[in-house]
Amino acid sequence: MLHTIIKKNSYQDSINLMLLTNSVSTMEGLNKVQIMMATPANKDIFKDAGLHTDELEAAESNDMAIVMDTEDDSMVDKVLEKVDQYLKDQSISNKKQGFETVRTWDKAVDALPNANVAMISVPGQYAADEADKALDRGLHVFMFSDNVSVEDELRLKKKAHEKGLLVMGPDCGTGILDGVPFAFANVVSKGRIGLVGASGTGIQEVSTIIDRLGEGVSHAIGTGGRDLKDPIGAITMMDGIRALENHSQTEIITIISKPPAEHVRNEVMELLQSLSKPVVAVFLGEKPEEYVGNVYQAYTLAETAHIAVDLARGNDVKPDYNSGDFTVENKNLKEGQKTLKGLYSGGTLASEAAVLISDALGLGTHIKNEEGYVLKHEGHEIVDLGDDKYTQGKPHPMIDPETRSKFIEEAGADKSTAVILLDFVLGYGSHDDMASALLPSIKKAVSSAKEDGRTLHVVATVCGTKNDPQSYDGHVKELRKAGVIVKETNNEAVRTALNIVGLSVEDNEKKHVEGGKSDKKFDLSVSEELTNLVTERPRVINVGLKGFTEALEDTGTQFVQYDWRPVAGGNARMAKILSLLK
Amino acid sequence: MNYKSMDEANKAVIDKITGSAPFLVDVVPAKEKIKELNDGKVLLHAGPPIKWDDMTGPMQGSCIGASIYEGWASSEEEAEKQLAAGEVKFIPCHHVNAVGPMGGITSANMPVFVVENRTDGNEAYCIMNEGIGKVLRFGANSKEVIDRLKWMQDILGPTIAKALKLTEDGLNLNVIIAKAITMGDEFHQRNIAASLIFLKEISPYIVQLDMDEKDRKDVIQFLADTDQFFLNIAMATGKAVMDAARQIQDGTVVTAMCRNGKDFGIRISGMGDEWFTAPVNTPQGLFFTGFSQEDANPDIGDSAITETFGVGGMAMIAAPGVTRFVGAGGFDDALATSNEMTEICISQNSNFTIPTWDFQGACLGIDARKVVETGIEPIINTGIANKKAGMGQVGAGTVRAPKECFEKALEAYAVKLGLI
Repeated sequence: MLHTIIKKNSYQDSINLMLLTNSVSTMEGLNKVQIMMATPANKDIFKDAGLHTDELEAAESNDMAIVMDTEDDSMVDKVLEKVDQYLKDQSISNKKQGFETVRTWDKAVDALPNANVAMISVPGQYAADEADKALDRGLHVFMFSDNVSVEDELRLKKKAHEKGLLVMGPDCGTGILDGVPFAFANVVSKGRIGLVGASGTGIQEVSTIIDRLGEGVSHAIGTGGRDLKDPIGAITMMDGIRALENHSQTEIITIISKPPAEHVRNEVMELLQSLSKPVVAVFLGEKPEEYVGNVYQAYTLAETAHIAVDLARGNDVKPDYNSGDFTVENKNLKEGQKTLKGLYSGGTLASEAAVLISDALGLGTHIKNEEGYVLKHEGHEIVDLGDDKYTQGKPHPMIDPETRSKFIEEAGADKSTAVILLDFVLGYGSHDDMASALLPSIKKAVSSAKEDGRTLHVVATVCGTKNDPQSYDGHVKELRKAGVIVKETNNEAVRTALNIVGLSVEDNEKKHVEGGKSDKKFDLSVSEELTNLVTERPRVINVGLKGFTEALEDTGTQFVQYDWRPVAGGNARMAKILSLLK
Repeated sequence: MNYKSMDEANKAVIDKITGSAPFLVDVVPAKEKIKELNDGKVLLHAGPPIKWDDMTGPMQGSCIGASIYEGWASSEEEAEKQLAAGEVKFIPCHHVNAVGPMGGITSANMPVFVVENRTDGNEAYCIMNEGIGKVLRFGANSKEVIDRLKWMQDILGPTIAKALKLTEDGLNLNVIIAKAITMGDEFHQRNIAASLIFLKEISPYIVQLDMDEKDRKDVIQFLADTDQFFLNIAMATGKAVMDAARQIQDGTVVTAMCRNGKDFGIRISGMGDEWFTAPVNTPQGLFFTGFSQEDANPDIGDSAITETFGVGGMAMIAAPGVTRFVGAGGFDDALATSNEMTEICISQNSNFTIPTWDFQGACLGIDARKVVETGIEPIINTGIANKKAGMGQVGAGTVRAPKECFEKALEAYAVKLGLI
């Protein structure tokens, strides 16, 4: 049975009414419904749909006509109610995106003409090309992408250097430029300590400790893990150091590295010795015996941060910073329960743990890297779960707890395990609440060990600051509540873990000696572009992962999102034709 | 190539477009301007070349209607028999300086708009808009449809032609388009403002004509009722302008996009008259009651010349009234659509500034290279025909130009230039 509702002089545009018709059509109890303005042409459409009525025929062009076919008379009121509601609610709620999204370099540059940094997180095989394009447009490059060849890295860094630009990366996980976190980085107070470091948790650990000690960071320039290796020769680190030397707000320069190539290390050292500012340097794996000239070399990441803070405050630098209390009461270990299992999400933190443990075991400060194991010796295991071996087709363990949960439970089941060592890395890019994500497996491991008559100790460090998107205090509290021993730094956590199994690390008492200055005259001047990079707020073209814009948005940084796709959808033949049709 | 670089060639094409001066100067029976229509039974159709057997329902329905209209057949059956027997010759509108909406079927006696591009002296033609509902262009061919076409032939066309004769030098279409785009038209889905401006411009002349008063009233009433009347003028405008630009014979600017229900076809400036085709997509959109995506015919018509010219879907942001055809969202989606289209265009047309877009000019010059590079396919606002002949329009929506056409065009151009 047909029912007609005519709303006199109620003009709505046709699209609106089609949408309304679609919406009303979903109501149960209707065979058919059509809502249109009652124009002559539309009346024909009603006719074709078998919905023509005399009331409709009498209606005029400015009347809205609703004709429904239903056996249920009560539907008339229900439809009318729905129509009225729809017309009232028609302002579309649509959360406006606060930034511009583009699909080409040209548009990106149009959208942000004064951009000075490109953050690139496209797949490795395309990353070098995009970095090239960025450099051609006069942009510094922050290259999160990995799997870029050493040849490409060298070529890009040389090109950048010649143009007065900086290539941070590839595989650059962390950076802070003028308080703006890049990729995986913490919200660290701004201050007078400038960092240049490999890329990842080394910078995160040092910068967060500095923040928690009450000082701040001017810039943290990531170099990528291979920068100090042989073919690259520290191009980025040296330019970064020069930039900080020339940056008036940076009072202390701090560099963080894994063991570099010998001659590169010497070259960097010579540059550092020629600076006007005090320098703190850590080459993880080296156990320094003295502070030379203006360069204070540290043993651990925590020591690095402490020296930098003391220098910034004009305090005397102590011979060592590892005099804390790492003892643990009521160890209750069973016979044979003597190994440490460090299950790390941070590669540099894992390396630091390996250095300290191998040192305690009298192996020297040894780091290896086989199959994700940074150390594997007589049951002691330090795993970098962020290693490619574990992240193939899976998210990084800073984001996804799954692989670590498995390792925790396995370590708990291992009768030799005395301590599980963990890191919780906060900051942009990381999991919202890794403590809650891992606690179930931690509790499971501890209680199953207990059922087996063993006491399993869990020692952790939280790498973060009070201003990180996750709650630093909340993490510490939640972990402690669950019986986890939480330490301020990774250094303290590892030493505490060692104490549980009756081991310890002897520190060198470092004396300050003069000298170190070489005859070599370094050119310490920097390009205008590099000066601008450290004196101005970054303006970013984010090429790739949209998630990285969160930190930029939160810090009020100017940026444009470039939703990158491979050229011609990855069609190599078309890509070639495009390159020919220039 | 006559230019130092591809960018320079493309710039020359763009300059031709922005410098163009299209004027509406006349309405005449198609056969007066298109000599090919005088040679036996000939029909023009939309899109790249197509045979009767390959035509989809709406285009076949139009052909039948046109055969009856021209008096070649007295019934649908008879018309269909002639068509199937190959008695009627088909020519794409585009090959004879014309464009046609939907089926695009144009026959000898149908009145066509004559748009002259004064910068190059070339002309383009397009049949007049019949209104909505049961209309020939969507494949309807009932007596009512034929009667309306006859009225357009006998009364509407001649009246507008006479009125145009009274103007000093025709109607300056750049001016009408520039005004209407600020009033919310994008010239494909929505032409109501331009249609009103046309009525405003032409009616003072119509009232001066010595003619039957009922006919005069009917003409004015038809123009007042036909919201899309300007669409066909906009199409002829696009054709006149883009054909002039096509004389450059270099570069990668898209100079035509059209569909015949089977294939989507494009031309690029560097490849002259050659078509590059790929199977056409089916529009997605909103449907009249009783119809659904199932009923939709694959995309059809020469009207995508408006998008080639930088309006229509490319100027979605100009027409808040139709924004929801792009999806569930509203204004922001329209903005995103136009912003996306700037990624594949070389320039923006400062003749046509869009208030809702901070007075940025409409998109201008689709670069086939950018389409291929980004994979962003041009968006087209379009009507949706029932796939069955004679059923007419069932909805409206949007469709994307398939990127394969653009890939083929670039490949051919690279070969022509001896690059591969």
